[in-house]
Amino acid sequence: MSVAQRAWGAVPDSVKESDRQLIAGVLLFTYLLYILAQTFLAIANNAAILPAVANSLQNITFLIAVYAIMALALNLHWGYTGLFNIGIAGFMAVGVYSMSILAAPATGSPPGLGLPIPVAVVGAVAITALVGGIAALPALQLDADYLAIVTVGFSEIIRLVLNASYFAGTVQDPEASGYNVVDIFGIQFGTGGGQGINTPTSSPADFLYSTTSLGDLLYGPSGDPNALGSAVYAAAESVGVNSSVVNGATYSFFLLLVVVTLYYVLLVRIGNSPFGRVLKAIREDELVAQSLGKDTRWFKVKVFMVGCALMGLGGILWQGSFGFVNPNTFRPIVTFYIFTALIVGGAGSNTGSVIGGAVFAAFLFEGPRQLARIVEVLVTSVFGSLPSPTTFYAAVVSLNPLAWLGYTIDNVSTLKFVFLGAVLVYLMQNRSDGLLGHRKEIAASIDLSDRTPRKRESAAADGGESDE
Amino acid sequence: MSDATDTPAPQGKDPDELPEVEDSDIEKAAQETPRGLPLRVQGLEKRFGGITAVDGVSFEVEEGSLTGLIGPNGAGKSTTFNCITGVHDADGGAVLFQGEDITGLKPYEIANRGLVRTFQIARELEEMTVLENMMLSPRGQRGEKLVNAVTPGLRDDVVAQETDLREEVWETLEFFEIDHLAEEYAGNLSGGQRKLLELARALMVDPDMLLLDEPFAGVNPSLEEKLLDRIHDLREQGYTFLLVEHDMDLIMENCERVIVMHQGKLLAEGSPEDIKNNEQVIEAYLGEDV
Ligand SMILES: Nc1ncnc2c1ncn2[C@@H]1O[C@H](COP(=O)(O)OP(=O)(O)OP(=O)(O)O)[C@@H](O)[C@H]1O
Ligand SMILES: [Mg+2]
Repeated sequence: MSVAQRAWGAVPDSVKESDRQLIAGVLLFTYLLYILAQTFLAIANNAAILPAVANSLQNITFLIAVYAIMALALNLHWGYTGLFNIGIAGFMAVGVYSMSILAAPATGSPPGLGLPIPVAVVGAVAITALVGGIAALPALQLDADYLAIVTVGFSEIIRLVLNASYFAGTVQDPEASGYNVVDIFGIQFGTGGGQGINTPTSSPADFLYSTTSLGDLLYGPSGDPNALGSAVYAAAESVGVNSSVVNGATYSFFLLLVVVTLYYVLLVRIGNSPFGRVLKAIREDELVAQSLGKDTRWFKVKVFMVGCALMGLGGILWQGSFGFVNPNTFRPIVTFYIFTALIVGGAGSNTGSVIGGAVFAAFLFEGPRQLARIVEVLVTSVFGSLPSPTTFYAAVVSLNPLAWLGYTIDNVSTLKFVFLGAVLVYLMQNRSDGLLGHRKEIAASIDLSDRTPRKRESAAADGGESDE
Repeated sequence: MSDATDTPAPQGKDPDELPEVEDSDIEKAAQETPRGLPLRVQGLEKRFGGITAVDGVSFEVEEGSLTGLIGPNGAGKSTTFNCITGVHDADGGAVLFQGEDITGLKPYEIANRGLVRTFQIARELEEMTVLENMMLSPRGQRGEKLVNAVTPGLRDDVVAQETDLREEVWETLEFFEIDHLAEEYAGNLSGGQRKLLELARALMVDPDMLLLDEPFAGVNPSLEEKLLDRIHDLREQGYTFLLVEHDMDLIMENCERVIVMHQGKLLAEGSPEDIKNNEQVIEAYLGEDV
């Protein structure tokens, strides 16, 4: 780790102090590394370089963006207020499913409410906030531990309910069989049960490249690209990048540059304000906040609902962008990933949340796979093909380091969990603040350290020793 | 009793001070509380399992006074504070503040009425700076409303208000001579500095009355002197103080009235002179140098 520390020491202080530069620096570094790695892999595999690099960058950008979004939302709960919400996956599910149900046409399979997509998104975010409020209301009055238990239980309840065959709702005509369609006040909809449910679009970039009318904007574009789309696709095609990579890249960079920025600005504003100050005080010592006249319960309910809304929207933008979800998308491991991202970056710091999202996505989540690919290429170029033992036992008893390596590379997606665990243990023991948690953002809308020179005479009179 | 309403003088033994208090009596007392007695505690009771920590305690605190609350360890002083400020729900009795019944109100409601307390063991918001600690206190901050904090136009008002508060905070920090620690995390302060911050932070609420639970414990004598000076200054500005303290000399020299608790009960009440010569008090302290 001394290498990393030395590298960190080499970064100019001005960059370390400016949040925006720090984030940009981390992203730049990540991109450079990925460009290098993908170029190497493309050359080794005799593939075209540019499409390979483009595809990899759009993929990593998407992951960085969604983890940054979720880490920012969690930071509001856990980093700022100390609310231990381990039901993130559940709140994402509420967002995505609400949006899908609200937007699905009444004749769909399963049927939905047929609302325009923008309305469905706004409605889904409101529903998530409401559900969060209802889930947490009883628990927020108790100690922090109870909230954790309630949220994790709640998250699993949501997932299992969505999975229930009773709600499968695959009938075409709700009149013919109302059995497996939820019917509330005559509004009928299904969740698809274990088979999952369609989300309005599998290619959000179509909103930019294929929209030709208001109807397209409201109900999802279909059909041919518009003028912008044709031009962009043609330009990309000329360098060998296909339209699906263009769509992916467009959406990924929209998430990173627009959504992450909006989340960041919103959360910095929430954090750097008297409201954020009360949140911090609740985290530190709720009774003190109460004794200073703050109605902490109301603050907690509010912040929990806002955080859940942000998680619901994050879920929509993330899991809701593939055209299809099923309940298994929202297993507790997703929550674990998001916590890891925030812990790596530094709970309590919004800049840390973004950097944590980036570092987690690029190096902990996706990194091992890419590293395994590179190692495989390197090793095979030296030793020829690697043995690939089928079981851990077979690998170990072979007493062949190449077999061990082959086994590791074959199972890297599983071994990733071991790696993640090791990183978390290391962080907890050596850097429990995460990368940036030590550099706390001050909860005020102004620079508190600025002593206004308006009242200097009192300092001159009795504050002579005030210089440290 | 009717003649008491227009005299702010100490009330001595009033018949309505009896520990047994009916609801109607509380209302009656509320109406009759003279402006000169901001805090009235009537027949307060608190039990923890088998222990009766506070056993029918009644007393009053005069406006603008520095009143001492003393008693041996475990006498129930802190518990009395906790019951007054809503941290614990009292099992019986009533608390009146500024003539209003505040029994059973939440801590934040009581603080917002202008009755603020400090804790026996200083409770700092450790991972917040001294400045943040101080800025937390003021009541009625616009930026505590989420909409005002995030909406561009409304945030300007928040900034303006915070700028004013910042000035007040710096003045208070200078007054307490801890301005050189302003940007330090509260968790890094020494014990005595924490006590100073706790008192300064409580003052930033701009309360009418402060309940101080051993504000001088662990504070070195020169710092203690400084704190006391501050308290006297503030008292002259109209603040009312109720002070728990074990140092007899300090209490006798600084308080005009002293309340003594023992085993959850009110043992004696009066001027420092009276208390010094009270047989029961001397007995309670088992020959300690009173
Ligand atoms: N939360 C609690 N649970 C159970 N018992 C308690 C609790 N708080 C106080 N007590 C008990 O109530 C009694 C009075 O305690 P209290 O803290 O009020 O004493 P005190 O007068 O403040 O003493 P000290 O001078 O040592 O601070 C003690 O016997 C104590 O053990
Ligand atoms: Mg005590």
